[in-house]
Amino acid sequence: MQRIIKFTFILILIFTIGIFYLSLKKDNNYSTVNLVGKKIHNVKLESFEEDKLFTLEDLKKNNFTLINFWASWCAPCRAEHPILMNLNKTQKLKMVGVNFKDKKKNAESFLNDLGNPYDFIARDELGKQSINFGIYGIPETILINKELLIIKKYVGPLNKQDYYKILEIVSNL
Amino acid sequence: MKIKIYILTIIFIFNISHIFGKDIDKNLIYKNLRCLVCQGQSISDSNSDFAQTVKLVVNDLIKQGKSEDEIYSFMADKYGEWIVYKPQLNKQNFILWLFPYVILVSGGLIILYQFRKKREKT
Amino acid sequence: MLSNLGNLLLFLSAFLSLSLIYFSFQCLKESQELIHSKIFQISLVQSTVILACFFTLIAAFIISDFSLINVYQNSHSAKPLLYKISGTWGNHEGSLMLWVIILVIFSFLFLIKNKLHPKKFRLYTLIFQNIIILGFLFFILFNSNPFTSISPVPKEGLGLNPILQDPALAIHPPLLYLGFVGSSIYFSAAMAALITDYSDKSFALSIKNWVLISWVFQTLGILVGSIWAYYELGWGGFWFWDPVENASLLPWFAMTALFHSLIVLEKRNLFYFWVIILCLMTFILSVTGTFLVRSGILNSVHTFASDPGRGIYILSFLSLLIFGSIFLFFKKYCAKNYSINSNSKETFVLINNWFMMFYLLTILIGTLYPIFTDALTDSKISVGPPFYNAVIFPVVVAFLIFMAVGPNTKWIKNRFDNLINLIIIAVVAIAINFAIFYFFKSYTILSNLIIISSLFLIISSLNDLIKSIKKSNIDLARIISHISFGFLVFFIGLNHNFSIERDLNMRVGETKKFHNYQIKFKNLKLKDYDNYKAIIGNLEVENIKLGDKKTLNPEIRIYENPRTLTYEAAIKTNFIKDYYLTMSNIDRSEFYNIKFQKKPMMIWIWISVLFLTLGGFLRIFKNAKNN
Repeated sequence: MQRIIKFTFILILIFTIGIFYLSLKKDNNYSTVNLVGKKIHNVKLESFEEDKLFTLEDLKKNNFTLINFWASWCAPCRAEHPILMNLNKTQKLKMVGVNFKDKKKNAESFLNDLGNPYDFIARDELGKQSINFGIYGIPETILINKELLIIKKYVGPLNKQDYYKILEIVSNL
Repeated sequence: MKIKIYILTIIFIFNISHIFGKDIDKNLIYKNLRCLVCQGQSISDSNSDFAQTVKLVVNDLIKQGKSEDEIYSFMADKYGEWIVYKPQLNKQNFILWLFPYVILVSGGLIILYQFRKKREKT
Repeated sequence: MLSNLGNLLLFLSAFLSLSLIYFSFQCLKESQELIHSKIFQISLVQSTVILACFFTLIAAFIISDFSLINVYQNSHSAKPLLYKISGTWGNHEGSLMLWVIILVIFSFLFLIKNKLHPKKFRLYTLIFQNIIILGFLFFILFNSNPFTSISPVPKEGLGLNPILQDPALAIHPPLLYLGFVGSSIYFSAAMAALITDYSDKSFALSIKNWVLISWVFQTLGILVGSIWAYYELGWGGFWFWDPVENASLLPWFAMTALFHSLIVLEKRNLFYFWVIILCLMTFILSVTGTFLVRSGILNSVHTFASDPGRGIYILSFLSLLIFGSIFLFFKKYCAKNYSINSNSKETFVLINNWFMMFYLLTILIGTLYPIFTDALTDSKISVGPPFYNAVIFPVVVAFLIFMAVGPNTKWIKNRFDNLINLIIIAVVAIAINFAIFYFFKSYTILSNLIIISSLFLIISSLNDLIKSIKKSNIDLARIISHISFGFLVFFIGLNHNFSIERDLNMRVGETKKFHNYQIKFKNLKLKDYDNYKAIIGNLEVENIKLGDKKTLNPEIRIYENPRTLTYEAAIKTNFIKDYYLTMSNIDRSEFYNIKFQKKPMMIWIWISVLFLTLGGFLRIFKNAKNN
């Protein structure tokens, strides 16, 4: 009996130390990048221009939709903008831009200066919509497919590699 | 007397943690959500953009009549379990919730065992 | 120059440690009972050298010698002198120096203070302690050297994080380290006792004051830490169940269990092996805590810049401690037959230990669980306040009742003669509780039970006090500590139940009302200080019912070195309540986020903890006098 207790005790300790060792090598900064494969629901995006709503039905029409959260006051958004412009050239990809906590005037002049890559622009003045998509800081971009599953999440500005990756996913269909 | 104390203790442990008020306290919910863009702060303590937005959404959800737990699972669904400070009782976390009580009960049993040993001797 | 001097002194201390171990083994071979005077001398020299080394580092901070990387990274020439000095231990490398100093000085004091104990026991304690010292000296020398130099020499330092520039945080680390590093000495003593079969109650006598000293400082360290968190973090709370806070609480529970068990070992010669386990456990938990904090595997408010190399070193050292002590313990352990009566003091000490282990293990698993799930299933979870509150607080109720009943029992005897007395006390406690809740109107069953049980403990301890004064046989230390613990829980209970909190978004000039309060945002001022700029809000809080007006001035500070934004809470304290107000700007808008809190009985929470340690101090002095 005593031997069993000793043995299990030592095993537990070795196990714990092993776990500590493994965790040393892990990155412990939290990111939602890996939260993919989830279905999005309950989407009602207000259009930027007119009194129109963008809903799940609209999203289902496209094979792939790239939803990008941006604002004119966000410097990294400016940085990723050329990549979005390039992505716009792909026919297979619909692009939705959600204007996050921004003033309409500023957003308009931002797009006038840098060009408009989006097929549809939505307004999210209070930022509430961002929570529905699991966004916690902009720029953030999510790629969804026809079944409304999130296939890819990008936290922070898109870069060249992301660009090629997105093209690859989209053209593989 | 002794036995009464033991019975009372057991009642405390197994019941009291479940008796809480039914009113939804939004400050409590803010406190139990982690601000993802801050260092170890709750939504309640933080004033970041993210925290502000979450507060608005939580208020909306309360207005829609969602319960506290429903709000937590909503947030956990969007951002992962990391965002809730109260780990949900599920397959992955049941050891966490069970272990303290196992310790409590087995500690009590060890002490009782000491008396029994003594009674056998006398 | 200081870099070379520091390194030299570090190597010298390592050499002295080695020679202490060598001479101790030499001395063990000899048959005489006396310890060589040589050993005392080396130990004294070692203490002097390590202190000199520490003062060298402090000097480097005072004169802002940026040729040391450590000074460059953590100081700035424009910093006030106090914070230049406290900056020495405000960082990883410097704080390790503090570690080693406490290890060395405790080693020396233990050696000279325990003349009545056998030579073998004292020498083995010295040997084990010096093995630990060497472990840390190597860590400093080869991984975290505060004397590493940099070239070319930078003109200016990077500065210390402004929220760490604070008097409470200047003394927090030394206090806390005296606590948990101090526990090393009874770890070594327990190992020595195992090796030399020193298993009677005189072992208890040799370590009991050391346990109390470390407990008192650990408690004070935790207290200062929470006071700092209360006024500096600006969240209005004082305990967040943050992993780093938990790491300081774990050894505290082990110490508390330990000094209660030591009483039994001393008086009745029971629980020897349990006491040894607790001694070993306290220090192992301290090192585990250090590992968790310094390796950066935990996600916490209190982050040290982390580096996996450190983690691996501390982890190896920790494994050595754990397996070394377990090996020795299992080798020497033999089951002993205890006979205990169910109503004796021994039983209640066991019950104390039972609860302490419950708290300890609950907090331990809560702290480690996220690490486990992350490593095993790759899913990150958070274990925060709701978990601890739900699991721990219901159990506190039972604990307080046992704590009230326990001290009234006798050693060995099996008798319960004061049942009626206890019932009266319980009735009074319940009556007071309902008076409080009737008056303030707030109600949950759990908070009622917590307040009743804390009142029960307070009243029954007061009752003890009166009785023991009559018999002129006062155990003042115990009574003070128990009463203060009762008050601590009582005030935390009141504070938790009757706090008011309001989150408002306001513009300058606006006025808002809620409950009985009215807040007026009068104006904003901009001020320039030496090392920061401040935006100072001017707000008036009025209790409409009482017509009582208070002006509060929260600040937003903009520091330059390093560039940081901090929010300073405005706190108005009096004996009944604190007003706590923070102000922060909301990005891209003219609104400010104003968070107002009323925290009743805040100051009494701090005072209760102070009295708790006062009990500890009294016991230490009494013990010292009796020896």
